[in-house]
Amino acid sequence: MKIDISGLNKFFENRVRLGIMSILVVNDSYDFNNLKEALGVTDGNLASHLKALEENGLIKSSKQFIGRKPNTSYYATEAGRQKFSVHLKALEEIINSQ
Amino acid sequence: MESKSEYFEDLRIIKKVMEESSRFLSLSGLSGLFAGLIALAGAAFAAYIFLDGKFLLSGGFFSADKAQEMDSLKIKFLAEALIVLVLALGVSVFFSYRRSVQKGLKIWTPVSKRLLVSLFVPLVTGGILILILYFQHHWQLIIPSMLIFYGLGLVNAGKFTFNEIFYLGLLEITTGLLSAIFPVYGIIFWCFGFGLLHIVYGLAMYRKYER
Repeated sequence: MKIDISGLNKFFENRVRLGIMSILVVNDSYDFNNLKEALGVTDGNLASHLKALEENGLIKSSKQFIGRKPNTSYYATEAGRQKFSVHLKALEEIINSQ
Repeated sequence: MESKSEYFEDLRIIKKVMEESSRFLSLSGLSGLFAGLIALAGAAFAAYIFLDGKFLLSGGFFSADKAQEMDSLKIKFLAEALIVLVLALGVSVFFSYRRSVQKGLKIWTPVSKRLLVSLFVPLVTGGILILILYFQHHWQLIIPSMLIFYGLGLVNAGKFTFNEIFYLGLLEITTGLLSAIFPVYGIIFWCFGFGLLHIVYGLAMYRKYER
């Protein structure tokens, strides 16, 4: 049987990106360190995926200072939420198609 | 192209990450069980030590009559209720911590902080109100306030943990309202709300999630 993957978004194939989006659609915002702990990835790995997501307009960031330490929070944009939900629906349809 | 099992794994990860980041899943049923037992032990202690074995049902435990002679008793009851609360909270934290270690989850996360804030805003409000009621001699409203504000805290916190906590909150609120209608049976409602409901919920959740 042929699987229809037209609804899938190539951009979410990576599991780190998938994880970031999963967290940001159910939470108003999440900061870098908490994302890192929740996903169990390295700083560099997380940073590069966050950058890619931000450049594509799926998430936004805001920087603030906690004491003297910079702290960056991330949240999903409306476009990001919509694209992720389309991707999620496509995944579910593939799983349920047999 | 990814195989179907890869897609399945994707979905599993999405669900797991969503759940773990938005709900505190380390709450242990044992917390409820022991909180309930502590509450009942506290009530029994109060009945036997303070009241010398006389279980004050008629005449109204915490009711407005005979205010003077019961004054020293009331402060003892309030102090003991506070100790019970601290012990019960301590037990909850202990079992939740143990469970988070077992499950390999962090205990201090954005969602556990939100859970505590949503629980403690109604709880502290209720606590302050109870002190005001105490000093203004509205004793018959103290037990209903304890149950109602605790229930509101659980309803609020239920959004950030197992759904069952939301319904436990509704039951506590109902118990509190009933105790306001029948103030004479205040201590019975208190034992039901803080003792029995916790024990039943704790055991049910332990069986459902931890075995």
